Amino acid sequence: MDLMEKNLELLEVQKLEGHNDRVWNVAWNPVSSSPSPILASCSGDNTVRIWEQSSLSRSWTCKTVLEETHTRTVRSCSWSPSGKLLASASFDGTTGIWEDLGDEFECISTLEGHENEVKSVSWNASGSYLATCSRDKSVWIWEVLGGNEYDCASVLNGHTQDVKMVQWHPTMDVLFSCSYDNTIKVWWSEDDDGDYQCVQTLDESSNGHSSTVWAISFNATGDKMVTCSDDLTLKIWMADISMMHSGEGYAPWTHLCTLSGYHDRTIFSTHWSSDDIIASGAGDDAIRLFVDSKHDSVNGPSYNLLLKKEKAHEMDINSVQWSPSKENRLLASASDDGMVKIWQLETKS
Amino acid sequence: MVSGLINENPIVYERKERVRDVRTDSSNTNELSVDAIDQLEVFDILIAHHIRDIKDPEHPYSLEQLKVLTEDSVEVDDTKSHVRVTFTPTVEHCSMATIIGLCVRVKLMRSLPPRYKIDIRVAPGTHATEAAVNKQLNDKERVAAALENPNLVEMVDECLSPSFE
Repeated sequence: MDLMEKNLELLEVQKLEGHNDRVWNVAWNPVSSSPSPILASCSGDNTVRIWEQSSLSRSWTCKTVLEETHTRTVRSCSWSPSGKLLASASFDGTTGIWEDLGDEFECISTLEGHENEVKSVSWNASGSYLATCSRDKSVWIWEVLGGNEYDCASVLNGHTQDVKMVQWHPTMDVLFSCSYDNTIKVWWSEDDDGDYQCVQTLDESSNGHSSTVWAISFNATGDKMVTCSDDLTLKIWMADISMMHSGEGYAPWTHLCTLSGYHDRTIFSTHWSSDDIIASGAGDDAIRLFVDSKHDSVNGPSYNLLLKKEKAHEMDINSVQWSPSKENRLLASASDDGMVKIWQLETKS
Repeated sequence: MVSGLINENPIVYERKERVRDVRTDSSNTNELSVDAIDQLEVFDILIAHHIRDIKDPEHPYSLEQLKVLTEDSVEVDDTKSHVRVTFTPTVEHCSMATIIGLCVRVKLMRSLPPRYKIDIRVAPGTHATEAAVNKQLNDKERVAAALENPNLVEMVDECLSPSFE
């Protein structure tokens, strides 16, 4: 199916109002889907909001507000793979772990240790590890023990500046981080003994970014990733992960392609959908979608702009995330304007 | 005697008396239309009892008096909702540059419509760590975190507070 052939548009399904300050991040619950998908959003108002779509009315409402825990901005949130826990990373230096008890959420643990603002939190594929990162330049790995216990397993130093995001690989226990120091670092424990080291740094000499890298996202199979930056580009990277799966050691990531000339303000977020559409959210209030052009050339694959949704929000877009649902192509976005929006990618009628 | 100030002897310029041009657009009688914002207006926001009177963090003079900000500091494109302010620290190693830049940004954020994109930078060639200062001043997340720091906010509010002469 060639998406470029279809006449597609991004339709606004609903605008979710409620936060009292800019919304920094949105996260879809990985297990809920139709008929009741669940979305979490977090904000400069120090809260996390859980939104649910009613199976009857099809409209979205705020089910709960997770408040009175963080004392400063909640910068990002992430669901555990089981969908039962939600982690919240805050400028107050802590990471909250919340359990969904049905009617409400309870904060079952607070992870402390970072010296200042926590920027991002990510669960590994099996839910046995959490990673966090901070302006203190470090990346922490936490082990999930039983009984609501979390233990700091590793403190990873290497970045020379503020670390903006951490993201575990979708299938392997390899951790990725991106930073204000313009690099992406890859962390791996070769002996699988919990001793993580930086095994690769993607910097300008590896065809990397020339300014702050804000986000990382992997394709479904985990052999490609996209990164976005203040340098106004998206970069696609690839690795021979079959090599890693067969135990032949670390397979390095290499630059595949750079998408430049499409953005004129910082790109804050990017997300790779399960059916290979890359979304970007930027400081010009627009959402852009890219797809592989499938025209192999001497220079390798290239990506085309599928569509640009101008003025998707009234202010900067901080986060874009595709829903895990296989049924429809839903995209959630969060903005400085305090709104969360749900979009549907559809063929024009 | 060591006073510890970054710039002990700033050059102080005369504060310009500005007569604001009253712009009348007779063709525009729609009350609901949004007034276009131009360079003069942003400069006014910055300068006339706005940034004009932003006090230098170290001295009892305004940024205009120290020629840190002038009319030429401001570039506005209202159709693109974009403003860029270029300021000149008085000394090359000014560690107050980030505070000054933050004050300018806060003043603009509080005065301009939310649709505006604001870029702040030091005048090229006027600061020893120009690129580093500019990067920090324009990292939205860093600015947001800084503005949650009560000590910094107090300093910014102090610089932005009107001085009653």
